[in-house]
Amino acid sequence: MTQPHRLADGGRLDRSTPVRFTFDGTEYTGYPGDTLASALLANGVIEVAPSLYRRRPRGIATAGVDEPHALVQVAEPMLAATTVELHDGLSATSLPGLGRLDQASDEAVHDKMYGHADVVVIGGGPAGLAAALAAARSGARTVLVDDQPELGGALLSGHEEIGGRPALEWVEAVRAELSDTAEVRILTRSTAIGYHDQNYLLIAERRTGHLGPQPLPAAGRGRLWHVRARQVVLATGAHEHPMVFAGNDRPGVMSAAAVRSYLNRYAVLPGRRAVVLTTNDHAYGTALDLAAAGVEVAALVDTRPQPPVALAEAARRAGIEVLAGSAVVGTSGDTRIASARIAELAPDDTLRGPVRELGCDLLAVSGGWSPAVHLWSQSRGSLRFDEALAAFVPAQAAQQVRAVGAARGTYDLAGCLREGSAAGAEAATLAGFEAAAPPVPPSVGDPRPALPRPVWLVPAEEGEPATWRDHFVDSQRDATVADVHRAIRAGMRSIEHIKRYTTIGTAHDQGKAAGPTAIGVISRLLGASSPAEVGTTTFRGPYTPVSFALLAGRERGGLFDPVRTTSIHPWHAEHGAVFENVGQWKRPRYYPRPGEDMDAAVLRECRAARGAVAAMDVSTLGKIDVIGADAGAFLDRVYTNGFAGLAVGSARYGIMCRPDGMVFDDGVTVRLADDHYYLTTTTGNAAAVLDWLEEWLQTEWPELRVHCTSVTEQWATVAVVGPESRAVLADLAPDLDVSKEAFPFMTARQATLSNGIPARICRISFSGELAYEINVPSWYGLAVWEAVLAAGEGHGITPYGTETMHVLRAEKGYPIVGQDTDGTVTPQDLGMEWIVAKHKQFIGKRSFRRADTARADRRRLVGLLPLDRAELLPEGAQLIADETALTGPPVRMIGHVTSSYRSAALGRTFALALVERGRDRIGEKVYAPLPDGRLVAATVTEPVLLDPKGARRDG
Amino acid sequence: MLLIACPWCGERDEVEFHYGGQAHVAYPSDPEALSDAEWAQYLFVRDNPKGPFAERWSHAAGCRRWFNVVRHTVTHEILAVHPAGRPKPVIA
Repeated sequence: MTQPHRLADGGRLDRSTPVRFTFDGTEYTGYPGDTLASALLANGVIEVAPSLYRRRPRGIATAGVDEPHALVQVAEPMLAATTVELHDGLSATSLPGLGRLDQASDEAVHDKMYGHADVVVIGGGPAGLAAALAAARSGARTVLVDDQPELGGALLSGHEEIGGRPALEWVEAVRAELSDTAEVRILTRSTAIGYHDQNYLLIAERRTGHLGPQPLPAAGRGRLWHVRARQVVLATGAHEHPMVFAGNDRPGVMSAAAVRSYLNRYAVLPGRRAVVLTTNDHAYGTALDLAAAGVEVAALVDTRPQPPVALAEAARRAGIEVLAGSAVVGTSGDTRIASARIAELAPDDTLRGPVRELGCDLLAVSGGWSPAVHLWSQSRGSLRFDEALAAFVPAQAAQQVRAVGAARGTYDLAGCLREGSAAGAEAATLAGFEAAAPPVPPSVGDPRPALPRPVWLVPAEEGEPATWRDHFVDSQRDATVADVHRAIRAGMRSIEHIKRYTTIGTAHDQGKAAGPTAIGVISRLLGASSPAEVGTTTFRGPYTPVSFALLAGRERGGLFDPVRTTSIHPWHAEHGAVFENVGQWKRPRYYPRPGEDMDAAVLRECRAARGAVAAMDVSTLGKIDVIGADAGAFLDRVYTNGFAGLAVGSARYGIMCRPDGMVFDDGVTVRLADDHYYLTTTTGNAAAVLDWLEEWLQTEWPELRVHCTSVTEQWATVAVVGPESRAVLADLAPDLDVSKEAFPFMTARQATLSNGIPARICRISFSGELAYEINVPSWYGLAVWEAVLAAGEGHGITPYGTETMHVLRAEKGYPIVGQDTDGTVTPQDLGMEWIVAKHKQFIGKRSFRRADTARADRRRLVGLLPLDRAELLPEGAQLIADETALTGPPVRMIGHVTSSYRSAALGRTFALALVERGRDRIGEKVYAPLPDGRLVAATVTEPVLLDPKGARRDG
Repeated sequence: MLLIACPWCGERDEVEFHYGGQAHVAYPSDPEALSDAEWAQYLFVRDNPKGPFAERWSHAAGCRRWFNVVRHTVTHEILAVHPAGRPKPVIA
C-alpha cells in the first residue's frame, strides 16, 4: 500500500492524478495539493537529514515557512520541504543545514514588476480577506498578497463556519468577488519579504516552479514586485513556537498547529499514538482532531493547572486524558520519539511529583503563539510585550500601516473578521475613498482563547542549566540552554549579543518559530521578571530566503553592467585584440601577433610608437562640451591652472582637485571658440566629472552662464603617435599645413580628411612622442581608423592598446589618476607644482596650506629602477627604506609601487612609486619585500625616464 | 526606499537620486581668509543630528537638478523639499 499515513478522504488534494517524486533517492507518490513535507509524512517518512553540528536525528517539525529541520535541495538549494509544492518528477535531497549552489548558471527567467496601490493587504486568512473585501468595495486599488497556493490561511487547516456555511465556501465567495472587482489584484504564492521606507514593499511571487521542469514560454519562474502603497494592512497571522525541554528536537516532535494542518489540509496522519503538550487552548483542536482521525491520544499535557472546563470536558469525552499543570520533561527513542516523560510543574516552573512515561510516536507541542510581527518591525513599528498573551505584539505604527487578526494577537475567528473588515475600510478611507466596513458575517469555531501559561524553560530532571545540552533553543543551529547559559556567564546581557554569541536565530529560518522561545529562555536565565525586559532582536528582510536570480531579474550580464564599445570596436575584434575592461568600456589591451605573449606584443607596439608610427583608438576618453559666456571663468575655478586666457585653437593640460586639495581628475582641454571648451577626462571618470561640474554650477555658482554636455559618445578619436606621425597626417589631411610652425604642439585644427570626413585634430601627446589625436563624429570612427592605417601602411603603422599606452606614458612620468593616485595625492605630490596657479582661486587651493597637505614627508611620485634590469616589481608592492627593517614587526613602509612595466626604449624594467620624501631620496635605494620572500632593491629616480626635455614631443 | 518629490519632476523612487550630504554648507567666499581650523571645519565637519536634517539630493537619473530636502534621520520622513538656493525652511 502506498501512502500508508494518508487518510481515506478529506484534505485540499486532487486525488485523481497521483504524482511521483523522489526523496533522497527513494521514489514515493503523493497528490497535487501536497507539499513535499505532507507527501513524505503520508508515506510515513518523518526523518530528514541530521543536524549540522551535532548530527542529531531530526524530523519535519512544522507545516510552513518556520520549518527548522526539513531543508531540501531541489532545483534551488535550501528550501523548506514544508513550502515546496509537490509536482510529478520532483527530486529532492535532504540537507543537513547547508545547501550547495548549483555550479551551472540558473537560466530561469525572473521578472520585476512595479506597482502602486491604495491598499495592500498582506495575508489571505480571514482577517486579510475581510480587509481586502472592505477596501475593494470602496473602489480603492487593492492588492491582496498571500504566500499559499490558495487563499484561506488558517481556515485551510480547520473546520470553522462563516455565514452559516463551511468557512472555505466563504473564502471562495470572497475570492470570486475580489477577482471580479476592477482595480483588485490577488497575488497568491507570493511572499511579502520586505517592508521599506514610505510603504515600499517587496513581494516575491512564485509563478511556475510548482509546475516542475516545464517552463511556460510566457511566464518566468518568479516575479519580484516593487509596490508603493498608500496604506498597508498586515494580516500576517502568528507563529506557534516550540517548547524547550530535554530531547525536544527528536523526530516526531512537531508543532501542534502543524499536526492539525497535516490532518485537515493534507489528510495525513503524522503519527499513530500521540501526546499533545500545550500552554494554551489551541492544541485542544489538534488533540480532538487527532482522536477523531483515529489516532490514539495518550495524553493532553497542559501547563495550566486549571484548563478551561469546556475544553477539558471535550477532551475527556473524546477519551483523552488531560494532565493539567504538567509538562513533558524528556523524550526517548532510537531516532524517532518512542515515549514522552511527563511531570507536574510547580507554580515556579520547577518539577514536582513522580515522572510518568507514555509511549508515543508523535509529540504535538504548542509552546504558545507569537504574532508574525516581522513586516511590522521592518516598517519600524514598535512592539510591546503583552503579559496576558505572553507575546510581543504591535504597538506604535511608524508608517501608514495597521496590523489585524492574529498578527496583533487577536486569535478568535470573529475578532479576526471584525478587525479585518474595519481595518480595510479605514485604510481605504485614509487613501481617499469612501469606504464602509461591510457587515461581519457570523462565524462558528475558533472561539476566543483563555489565557496561556507560558513555560519558557522546562527544567531537566536533574542538573543545572549549564549542563542542559539536549534542551534545544534553536535546533537548526544546535544551540541549547547550556549555550545560552555560557553566553550569559561570559558577561552578555543584551539579546543582540547573546544572539551573535550563540548564533540563535541566525539559521535559514531566522528563528521564526524559536525566536520568542529563545527570548523566554534568556529572560529566565537572566532572572528577568518577563521577556519584556529582554526585548527582541532586530527584524530584517527578507522575511523568507529569496534567490539571487529573483533579485537580479533580467538584469544579468550585459543587462546588469552594460558593455560599451567604440565605433572602431569591430576592427579590434576582427584583428585579434585582447580586450580589457575600463569602466564599462571594452578597450584593446594589446594586439598579439601569432606566437606573441603580452610582453612581446607590448614591446613591439612600444618600439613602433617610439621608432616609427603607431595608432590607438582613444574614443573612450571622456569628452565634455563646456559652453557659455562664462565657460573660461568657470574652468579657472575648477582647474588648478588657468583656462580663461587660453587662446582659441589651443589646448592645455589641467588637473582638478577636490576641496581637500587631492587630485580628482586630469585631462586636456581645447578652446574651440571664445565660449566653447572641449574638455577631456579619464575614461573611467567621465560621468563623475560631468556630475562634479554640474554640481558646482548649480549649487555654488548658478550665476555663471555655462552649460556642460557629455559628448563622449558623439566623437570617435584616433591617436596617431610617433616620429613619423606627421607624414601620416599629411597624407591623411592633404589640405592641412602640418608643419611644426603652422601646427605646433598643444594646438587644434579643423580639417577635411582625404576621404571627405571633417575632423578636429589636436596635436597633443600622452606618449611623449610627436602625436595627433583625430576627432571625428563617431559614425565615421571606423572609416577614419582604416584611413589612418592605410595612410600609415608605408611607415609600418602599428595599432596599439592600453598596455602600450601605459608603458609609453609611464616612461614619461605621466601619472594616471586612479592608478598612480588614490584620493590622498596632491598635484605637488605628483611633482606638478608648475600646474598650481599662484594668483587665482580654484577648488582646493586653500588646502595646500594646511599643515598636513604642506608636510615635507608626504609620499611623492618618483621613478624606480630595479637593480636587476629584468626584475619586474609587482604593482602594489610595499617599499621599505632599509634592508634590515625586516627583522621584526612593525615594519615601517615608506611607500608603494603604483605602476610597473618593461620598457623597450630603456631596455629594462622600471616602475613609478609613491615614496615618503621621495624627491629627497633620488639616487638612494629602496627595497620591496615580495611575497616569495625575496627583497628586491631599486634605485629611486626622477619619474621622467625618457626625453626629459620633450624634444621628441616637440619635434 | 524613500519616495522623494523632485521639485521639477514630482515623486520618484530614491534609486533615481544621488545623495549630496548636508545642505547649506556654502563654499567659503574667501578661503584664504580662513584659519586652518576654520577651513578644516568646512572640509571635514558636518552635522549628524537625530531628527530633521537638511540635505542635498540630485535627481541624477532624471532632470539632473540639485535641490534640498529636510529628512528626519530616524523616521526617514521627508518633511520639506525646496529648490537649491532657497533658504532652509523652518520645521516646527
